[in-house]
Amino acid sequence: MNPTMIPIPSAWILYLSAVLFVIGAIGVLLRRNGISIFLALELMLNSANLAFASFAFRFAGASATAAHALNGQIFIFFIIAVAAAEAAVGLALFIAMYRRKETIDVDRFNILRW
Amino acid sequence: MWADAIVTLIKLAVVIGVLLTTVPIMVWVERRGSALIQDRLGPNRVGPWGLLQPVVDAVKLITKENLIPDGVDHFLYILAPFIALAVALSTFIVVPFGQGDGLTLFGSKIHGFIVAPDLNIGILYIFALAAFGVYSIVIAGWSSNNKYSLLGGIRSSSQMISYELAMTISVVGVLMASSSFRLDQVVMAQTGTWLGFIPKWNVFPQIIGAITFMVAAFAETNRLPFDLPEAEAELVAGYHTEYSSMKFASFFMAEYINLVTSSALIVLLFFGGWTLPGLTIPHGWAGAILSLVIFAAKVAFFLWFFVWIRWTLPRFRFDQLMALGWKVMIPLAVVNFLWVGVAMALGIL
Amino acid sequence: MAFLSAHFVAIVFYVLAVLAVAGGVGVITFKNPVHSALSLLGTFLMVAGLFVLRHAEFLGAVQLLVYAGGIMVLFLFVIMLVNVRRLSPDAAFLSRRAPLAVLSGVVFGALIAFGVLAGSLGHPGGGATALQMVQGHVMGNTEAVGWTLYRHFLVPFEIVSVVLLVAMIGAIIFGRKDAGLEGRGGRMEP
Repeated sequence: MNPTMIPIPSAWILYLSAVLFVIGAIGVLLRRNGISIFLALELMLNSANLAFASFAFRFAGASATAAHALNGQIFIFFIIAVAAAEAAVGLALFIAMYRRKETIDVDRFNILRW
Repeated sequence: MWADAIVTLIKLAVVIGVLLTTVPIMVWVERRGSALIQDRLGPNRVGPWGLLQPVVDAVKLITKENLIPDGVDHFLYILAPFIALAVALSTFIVVPFGQGDGLTLFGSKIHGFIVAPDLNIGILYIFALAAFGVYSIVIAGWSSNNKYSLLGGIRSSSQMISYELAMTISVVGVLMASSSFRLDQVVMAQTGTWLGFIPKWNVFPQIIGAITFMVAAFAETNRLPFDLPEAEAELVAGYHTEYSSMKFASFFMAEYINLVTSSALIVLLFFGGWTLPGLTIPHGWAGAILSLVIFAAKVAFFLWFFVWIRWTLPRFRFDQLMALGWKVMIPLAVVNFLWVGVAMALGIL
Repeated sequence: MAFLSAHFVAIVFYVLAVLAVAGGVGVITFKNPVHSALSLLGTFLMVAGLFVLRHAEFLGAVQLLVYAGGIMVLFLFVIMLVNVRRLSPDAAFLSRRAPLAVLSGVVFGALIAFGVLAGSLGHPGGGATALQMVQGHVMGNTEAVGWTLYRHFLVPFEIVSVVLLVAMIGAIIFGRKDAGLEGRGGRMEP
């Protein structure tokens, strides 16, 4: 990076991550369409990734010689892998649900309630 | 700083200009080539050997009425061709197209024949961007509000995902052998010969990977025998059924530009880029131009190869396509990857 | 010009952040799932840009490759497959639930913001150059991530591969033609 550039505080990205997380959480609470809920969930996962990226950047200076400077980034890697697994299973589940009831409105899947 | 910016702009202009010029040439090659293979004459009325036919076609497409059908999703319908063209043009910026180390132009360094020389994720960038190509097709298919278009979009999304895996895994072997993500270093790793006469190209030790990559390239560019998203015998014209005029032309151009990028990638990854066995490319402008010519010749061969295959093989059925992708191509790619790993561990490669 | 080059990072951050938030709002306000999904795709792009800004170039590329190239295409595929246009519109969308959801979200966000604020007082920003140093070697981000991943996180890496395998098997089982129809004698009704 060009040394004359003024870096931004790490907290900014954390705030952005918090905003995205809250938007995702509101989405999960608001939407009733299963796929829309899932999309909001992915948004929440991504905001967590962003926070990890920010932490990796910030604590890199503190542990420069140690082998763990990149732990935050490794976490993102694992989160992405798990998100991929989750998306595959979740979407397959929605297809199975759609086959059964011809809808993916999560409020319609309430037969276990009574 | 300004000199660098100007050099980059010049390179960008040259690359885009060459890519866009290739499109009409490829259209002509395709039509004459199909005629040759099918024992016909092909276009021969406009200009010598019909060479001006693409120009006339372009004028026709530009002057046609720009139709937007009823019931389409307006924004996405117009966005889709833009995505197609933008993705096609921007993948090429990490492709090196000649040996240009240490050359200067009007006193400023040109940093090799590549638009973005400092991008150290190289080929990863190409795959990441190429992944966006599928959106143009899916969005076009969905927003057209036409069942044939939608079927084309659905087919293309599953086809692209399936073959992207095989493509990526088959490249891993090359990246391991050259231990770099940067395409110019991939080419550098392929200079020299084995036993004095076999060129050190990746295609020889990794023939399985090369075949997998090429098959996947056909699938990713939607060319016959894998042009299921636009199979005209089943889906009218697939995802671009509802498009006309320049919006249709954008899809058309994007397809041919992707063809050029795929050919360039095949040459760079498996056929030694601008190297030839027994030929040491000199430094300076003479060597640069020589390497450009060699590279262009190899790319031209693979472009012809794409045309040749298209007019030789019939179209696959969709289930055959998926079975081929998942049950043959991915295992083959993994075999290649394992073989490279074992060979490197044993010190053969 | 001098202002631009000095505050380059801040300007890029603001542009990416505003677009990311706009995309996020789009995800939860668009009624049509296709629009929601494309909006989310935009947010993913911006987050990839922010990764690059935080010197995680490799993860930026992986983000595009996996999220944009794989997961979102899968979402669009499923949305098209279940043909949401024929689904009943979101009946409860922005209904009496909305104020409560927004309120809880805002409270939650305020808590996080408070935590960040309390935690970040007195800490300077981190160093970027040190990121590429692993065990005394200077290397590119891709190499550094690979090094750390295969030396210190080999077991988690293998476990994740098993997780992916399990997910694949699960997806295949759920996706079978007669999945979810056991109660109807395993047959789809016409």
